[in-house]
Amino acid sequence: MRATTFALGAAIAVGCASPSPKELVTGDAAQRVYVAPGEHDEFYGFFSGGFSGQVTVYGLPSGRLIKTIPVFSQFPENGWGYTEETTPMLMTSFGMVPWDDSHHPELSQTDGVPDGRWLFINGNNTPRVARIDLTRFETEEIVEIPNSGGAHASPFTTPNSEYIVAGTRFSVPIPQADIPIADYQGRFKGTLSFIRADEPGQMDVAFQILMPGFDYDLGHTGKGPSADWFFFTSYNTEEASTQLELNASKNDKDFIAAVNWRLAERCVADGKAVATPVRYAHNWMDSTTRMARTEMKTSVRVLDPAACPGMVYFLPTPKSPHGVDVDPTGEYIVGAGKLAAVIPVHSFSKMQQAIADQAFDGDRYGIPVLRYDAVLAGEVEKPGLGPLHTEFDGKGYAYTSMFISSEVVKWKVDTREIVDRIPAYYSIGHLMIPGGDSRQPYGKYLVALNKITKDRYLPTGPELAQSAQLIDISGDKMQMLLDFPTMGEPHYAQAIPASLIQERQVKFYELAANGNPWVARAESETGIERRGRAVHVKMIAIRSHFTPDNLEGITVGDSVYFHVTNVEQDWDILHGFAVMGMRTSQLILNPGETRTLVWVPQRAGVYPFYCTDFCSALHQEMQGYVRVSEPGAGVPLRAEASERSATVVAAADPSAPHQHGTAGTGGR
Amino acid sequence: MTPRSRLLLALAALVGLAALVLPLWEVRLGAPQYPEGIGLRIHAHTVAGLKPNDLQNINGLNHYIGMKPISPEAIPELRYMPWLIGALALAGVAVALRGSRRALGAWLVAFSLLGAAGLYDFWRWEYDYGHNLDLDQAIIIVPDMTYQPPLIGRKQLLNFTATAWPGTGAIALGLSFVVAAGVWVVSGRPGREAA
Repeated sequence: MRATTFALGAAIAVGCASPSPKELVTGDAAQRVYVAPGEHDEFYGFFSGGFSGQVTVYGLPSGRLIKTIPVFSQFPENGWGYTEETTPMLMTSFGMVPWDDSHHPELSQTDGVPDGRWLFINGNNTPRVARIDLTRFETEEIVEIPNSGGAHASPFTTPNSEYIVAGTRFSVPIPQADIPIADYQGRFKGTLSFIRADEPGQMDVAFQILMPGFDYDLGHTGKGPSADWFFFTSYNTEEASTQLELNASKNDKDFIAAVNWRLAERCVADGKAVATPVRYAHNWMDSTTRMARTEMKTSVRVLDPAACPGMVYFLPTPKSPHGVDVDPTGEYIVGAGKLAAVIPVHSFSKMQQAIADQAFDGDRYGIPVLRYDAVLAGEVEKPGLGPLHTEFDGKGYAYTSMFISSEVVKWKVDTREIVDRIPAYYSIGHLMIPGGDSRQPYGKYLVALNKITKDRYLPTGPELAQSAQLIDISGDKMQMLLDFPTMGEPHYAQAIPASLIQERQVKFYELAANGNPWVARAESETGIERRGRAVHVKMIAIRSHFTPDNLEGITVGDSVYFHVTNVEQDWDILHGFAVMGMRTSQLILNPGETRTLVWVPQRAGVYPFYCTDFCSALHQEMQGYVRVSEPGAGVPLRAEASERSATVVAAADPSAPHQHGTAGTGGR
Repeated sequence: MTPRSRLLLALAALVGLAALVLPLWEVRLGAPQYPEGIGLRIHAHTVAGLKPNDLQNINGLNHYIGMKPISPEAIPELRYMPWLIGALALAGVAVALRGSRRALGAWLVAFSLLGAAGLYDFWRWEYDYGHNLDLDQAIIIVPDMTYQPPLIGRKQLLNFTATAWPGTGAIALGLSFVVAAGVWVVSGRPGREAA
């Protein structure tokens, strides 16, 4: 997108006399974003990690980064995707894929309002959607999307998170086939997937709607009267397979696809969908063992719109629409044609009437195209250049990001009259108001998620952080408050009042409930065991030692499984584990958690291991040794604790139940 | 004693039974890295953490200074203290039934002695934990430093500020004693017994 921007930017010399950045900032802006030491932000902001594949969490209004949640990419900072327990989360039908391109965070909703249970996010490249649990800020589930060439129009939710959706950005032959690319028209198809999302551990692609071979870009559910409908933008209705920059920009109007998802559900229940052989992975974190599991699924139900009349209609929308956003009342559907000179606003009630009147302007592949003037409420005139996304403040106003003219435009939803505008630095993509795509926005702040950074921070060579800006929208005029850097190009973000999340935080895992088969809940349960060339070490970590901490009898070429349990039961007492010469990441162990690192020693000798997370005053002493011998050296297998660690307090609370305890296997 | 005094005495004696369930004493520890606090609750029958894992975590911290782990199983007093409290309350009810001021006096004396003995015993355990350190196993050794928590009030122990106060169970016992003592005083006034 950056490449096209500059071309467009050069072509359209915008004579916008924007104020200088300093003129934008009022005297008390600092006070309004200052969160004093020890105090908390008002909102959690969840920002997509973009090409990092993760999610970053910021406090708002301070703009402070407080967490990176690993999702689709390996994360050596805590071992995500490296440990035996978490690696299956990254499994796909292509094998383990350690990276993805995450775009749109979406908070789960109840009755159309964000509820703080989960955060969903899509992976665009190897089409996937993930569910993050917001009591632990941990990815718990990832589902791959079959019959898809990229999940960009995702993971937007229905009003009670019955489903999240995934629309194909790139149409492909469905089913996949070795055919000439030039045969695109009619042979390439898109899918709109509906993924059951309201049962943790049971996420599944419930059904897919087979669509013409356009590019499906973004989507949003309706609300209130339109709650049964889902709206998806499409571009490349020209069905070009090459030089899309030009060839997909020819049609005067592309489409918003309006999908009656409740009707689709009924058609699927009535057996109108066809079970189609596919392969896709469903990965989830088992809540008892806290080990990820993978199930490879082999079938998905595909629904052809022809089999379910009245399910899909096309709303003509000018010039390659990007965002499609529904206002809090559910009546207005705002399309943002990124090359359009206006912002078209469709009316849901007019759409209903047009369907009843059969006010059609032909069809595409059998899907009726509604007449533009029959569905249009009106257009926002002269909004600026390059409208992309719209969010709402709940007070009757809409805010649209203008990529090319690099500004936010505020307009009145019912009259479509522009009331204010403010420059964004530079080239804003998405914008976000807490709850701003829901039935109940918290219209206090707006975050501009800008695509170009340039000189906003101290320069750091050619590669820069991304630029976000916090804007106060509580008054009539928007006021610029703060710049803050973001990482990995957060396309979109969502935010929610902290009060809906912070009281429900898990502080540590109950050791008594740890169901990992290799857990050691106390020093007495640790040990070492050989199974052929595999050596399993059950080890505990507690301030400030490992037990056992001297291992012998391991030979070159063994696979040594270090199953380390942090037996602490207190908040924020973490330990780490790393051994010299390993070819994977360290472990970071939350209190009460077991994680496993596999090490294959390559040379005889004695190798240290140590705690990598500064845990206590004696953290530097938290270390041990592994002796590695040549095969056949005859060194007996031994796991010994140092004298000190053997005599200090056994970690487990004597009153805690040990019903899952497995006997120590080694020779301590 | 008047019927009303006897009823009051019986109720006071029964209030003391609350000490079987409510904590007798609370020791709270605060430190820069423990903003949420950590602490112990001493019951008649056990020692427990203020929060579910506090006892375990305090024992974990105490290993640095060579203090032996606090284990309710190792404190025999916790086994018979509930019986003493129960017996005291039943005796109070018996005194109320009998209505004898002399017996009430004896009960109050026994109550005082038991209370004093209990406090002394608690102090003795605190002394034991705070002084009898295993310096061979201690990791942090501060010369001449001992770690006896206060019986009541506040005391600095390395990075921790320890604060000890009676718990609601002890307050119930105190209330029981004060009301019973009040009955004893009132019933001794000339003319009251005749009424």
